[in-house]
This record gives sequence, structure tokens and C-alpha cells, in this order.
Amino acid sequence: MTRPAPGWADHPAALALAGRHRPRAWEPIPWILALAFYFVFPKHLGFGTEVLVTILFAISLDLVLGYAGIVTLGQAAFFGAGAYTVGMLAKHGIWNEPITGLILAALVAAAVGFGSGLVLLRTQGLTLLMLTLCTMALLEEAANLAHDYTGGFDGLDSLPIAPLFGRFEFNPLYPKTQYLYVLAVLFLCFVFVRTLVYSPFGQSLTGIRENMLRMHAVGAPVRRRLVLCYTLSAAIAGAAGGIWAQANAYVNLGTLGLDRAATVLIILVLGGYGRLYGAFIGAIAYMALSHFLSKVYPTAWQLGLGFLLVVIALFARNGILGIAEAAMRRFQSVRAPS
Amino acid sequence: MIFGVDVASMLLGGVAAGMVLFIVSVGLSVTMGLMGFVNLAHGGFAMLGGYAIALAMRHWGIGFVVTAAVSAVLERLLYARLYGASELDQVLFTIGLVFMTIASVTLVIGPENQPLALPRILQGQLNLGFTHYRTYSVVLIVIGIVIVGGLWLAFERTRMGAQIRAAVDNRRMAESLGINIARLFTLTFAFGSGMAALGGGLGAEFLGLDPQYALKYLVYFLIVVAVGGLGRVTGVFDAALLIGVLDFVLKKYMPQGGTAFIYGLTILLLLWRPQGLFGAKSA
Repeated sequence: MTRPAPGWADHPAALALAGRHRPRAWEPIPWILALAFYFVFPKHLGFGTEVLVTILFAISLDLVLGYAGIVTLGQAAFFGAGAYTVGMLAKHGIWNEPITGLILAALVAAAVGFGSGLVLLRTQGLTLLMLTLCTMALLEEAANLAHDYTGGFDGLDSLPIAPLFGRFEFNPLYPKTQYLYVLAVLFLCFVFVRTLVYSPFGQSLTGIRENMLRMHAVGAPVRRRLVLCYTLSAAIAGAAGGIWAQANAYVNLGTLGLDRAATVLIILVLGGYGRLYGAFIGAIAYMALSHFLSKVYPTAWQLGLGFLLVVIALFARNGILGIAEAAMRRFQSVRAPS
Repeated sequence: MIFGVDVASMLLGGVAAGMVLFIVSVGLSVTMGLMGFVNLAHGGFAMLGGYAIALAMRHWGIGFVVTAAVSAVLERLLYARLYGASELDQVLFTIGLVFMTIASVTLVIGPENQPLALPRILQGQLNLGFTHYRTYSVVLIVIGIVIVGGLWLAFERTRMGAQIRAAVDNRRMAESLGINIARLFTLTFAFGSGMAALGGGLGAEFLGLDPQYALKYLVYFLIVVAVGGLGRVTGVFDAALLIGVLDFVLKKYMPQGGTAFIYGLTILLLLWRPQGLFGAKSA
């Protein structure tokens, strides 16, 4: 066995590889900002909660789309599964404790993800796209039909969610508890996903995205990894849906619709997929824009959004973060020679 | 006997719906099969055709020509840049186009449902011998059959059709044989979008016409294409008839679960034959 040359560990490439997973200096900033938002804008916490939930949902999509390269149009199926789990358990008086309810929501969504992933992930390309779409449409129809349990088209409202830790009430008008609760869940999920994508498992997902054939050839259990990734992502999406239902105290068919699935896709791509923080940038940019613009000019907003998508697809495939990274590189390469 | 007549009239309704589905979806099938392009904006083209018809009533040809011209320009300017791009980029791009179409139509024409007055000749009932049926649906079926026949002839018997089939089966090989793929793409794309517009116009009477049309029926068009197989005219025809009749019958007998049944059936079909019910095995 040949040993690596002495000093190999000090090589810049080796250092970069070994240190990839370490937190960057700027990484606490988003979390500090999110906490600051709580104190600075106490009147906009409802909006802030909505943004945080969207970030969580977008992160779940980033895991399958950005890292494993599974193009899905049906991610809202899991969001809805989680939301309806919380909603139905609470409405029918079976279970309304928030934290365990959220875990249940994630488990149910994971079960849906595992079941559908097991069969759907045999296919690729257009067929896979269609199957994810149909699965979601099927769930939506099921929720519509099971009127007695799900409230059908009207959904379930005024969900009696128990106070957090038995003390902190969920008040829809002053969503202080919701905001901090969602922020905490988002942080935990983010740490989990961040660890996951830098782990060998995450690396093999990237490998599958880049070249599935080669990953088969080197003996990686491609399908098993894809299904596992799909299941984990479904669990996170389910948690996002569950927490959305808890924070808003209601759930409706919109949680399962194509609209929601398309929106989260747009958000992720706007921010930049496959880079974790793209979900943050995209959700903030999209939600802020839609929050202010869609009320004043709803139609112009849709037109602008469509235009934005076309431009992104044609010219800026890596989203806002991709543009920022390119600008950074250019800046550094200008400075480096001097 | 009453039962038989009932079944016949129901089948007729389903077949008429299937014809419209076919006319709209066949373009989508060919463009997706030929260019491997996931075109979610196809429903938007169908909607444009419907609007053109509604606005210029009785000038049936207008929708086709306008949409074909618009889509040819779009194809050259924008779509062509995304051939060979990832599915994700194509999906995003075409969703963006759909949004822009919906918003523009809402801005220019308004968000309300467009009433569509049928010409006098198409109103009323037609005596078919065994039953009376709506003239409009019968005309739809006749037009559908003519179009299927024409397309089949064009596909199987002309040089252009042979080129398209060759390109669907093996693009590289077709290209090395000197077929001008880029031009073929533009022509097919324009023609397919024109067909969508024609179908949108023909079906506007019973599908309704409002700006959300572009998204509302997209899933149906996609299901027809996925079940029929990419780039297969006859496959799409069979699939469109199947879905049209099923949808019609299910809406009558199971108004609640009909749609869910079709989604479920599609999932099972695609799992059983990912290349579509009538697609080539190796595709």
C-alpha cells in the first residue's frame, strides 16, 4: 500500500474537501436576522411565520430536486399529507398536542413518500413528472371526496391546537408563539438536512444527480438511496405542512394543489437550488414581492412572475445565489492578480 | 332498447370530448416525442385558440393561423435555446409562459368566462336514425375523424411525416442522414400548437373559456400524451378516445370519484408501461 505523500493533508484541495461541511463565518447571519425580525416587526409576525414555513417546505424540495435531481411536480402531496394529519387529528378530538402532532404529521408524510417513492422512482423523466403530478392530484381528489373526515372543499378550520408545552397559546392574531416555534423547527430540520447533504449519503445523491449510470456502475444502491432521500424529503415537507396547519389553525384543499407545488418550485429556483440557502433567499424574495405586489396588482404580479421564470430558465439557471456566486468569483479573480 | 340508446348517446358524448382531447394533445405528443421538450405551455396555446374563436366567431381558421404563427416565432426565439437543457429548465420556462399567457389574457380580455354562441347551424339536434343527438357533438366527431385521417396520411404517407417519424425514433441518425432537424422542429412545433388552438376553439363550447383554462386542463392533455405514448398519432388517438369516454361515463355514473379514478388509472398504466399504453417498447 502506498502512503500519501507527506504533507498531503495540508494541500489546499485536501483542506477544502475536508472542511466543506464546516460552518462558514456568515452562516449564523440568517438566524440572527430571523430572531431580530421577532423583536423589530412584532406586527408582521404572521407574515414572518408564513415565510419560515415556506423556507422549510422549499428545503424539503431542495433535498430531492437540488441534491438528488428528482424533478417532481408533486411535492405538495406531502405538505398536504402533513397538514391534513394535524388537521384531522385535532378537529376530531383525537390528538392536539403540537410537538407530537408534528412528529405524527412528518411520519404520515414519510409513509406516503416511502410508498409512492418505492413505485414512482422506478421511472424517469416525463413519466416520473407525470406520476408525481397524478399522485398529488389523486390525494387532492381523495381529500375532496372524504368530505366527512377532511371537510371536503371547505377544509377544516378553527383547529383546537393545544398550547405549546402546555403553556404557550397559539394565538392567530398575535402569532408570537407560532413564529418562535416554526423558527425552532426550521432550525432543527435545517441542521439535519445540512448534515445530510455533506455526509457520504449526500455525496452519493449528488453523484446520482450528475451521472446515474456511473453510480450504478460503481455499485451504489441507486434506487434505495433515491427512495430514502424521497422519504426524508417527504417527512420534512410533511412537517412543514403540519406546522402550517398548526400555525394557521386550519387546513384546506389548497395545501395539496398544483399551485402550491409550482410555487415552491419557483421559490427554490428563484433562490437557487442545490445550495441550501437558496430556499431562504427565494422564499424571502418571492413572499415579500407577492405580499406587496399581489395585493395591488394581482394580474401584473402573475405576468411579472411568468417573465421572471422565463428569464431564469433562459439566462440564470442558478437563481439569485448563483448570480451572487458568479459575481463573487469575478470580484475575486479581479483582485487576485494584484 | 332504451338502455342501448342511452349507452349510444353517452358514447357519442364521450367520443366528441375525446376528439377535442385528441386534437389538442396530438401536437403536444409530437413535440414532446420529437424534441423531448416538456411543454407545459401547450394548454396556453389551446386557450389562445379558444379565445381567437370566441372573438372572431365563425372564422374557424383564424385561431389556427394566429397561434401557429405566434408559436413558430416563440419556438425560434426562445424554445430553441432550451433543447437539450434539463427538464427542470424546460418546466420552469413553460410554466413561466403559462403564467404570462394567463395574465395577459386577464389583462386584455378580463377574468370572466367567455360566453360562446354557437352558429345557428350547429345548434339543435340531429336525427341519427337510432337516436337524436346534438348537431355540435356530431360535427365535432366528424371533424375529429377527418383530422385523424389527414394526420395519419400525413404521418405515414408523406416525406415530411417520414422525417418526423425518423427523428422521433432516432434523432442523431436522422440528422446524419441530412434531415434538417431545426426546420422540422419549427414546422412541427408551429403545426402542433396550431392544432392545439384548433382543438381549444372546437372544444371551447363545453370546456368553458376563462384565463385559468391553460392550467385547468393541462393535466388532462398530459395524461393523454403519457398514456398514448410520445410521438404516436394513433396512440394518442386511442388514448384520447379512452379518456374522453371514460371521463364522460364516470362523470355521469360516479360524479364524485370519476376524476380520482382517472388519475389512479393513469398511475397504474404508467407504472405498468412507462412508455405509454401504445408507445414503442424500447422508447
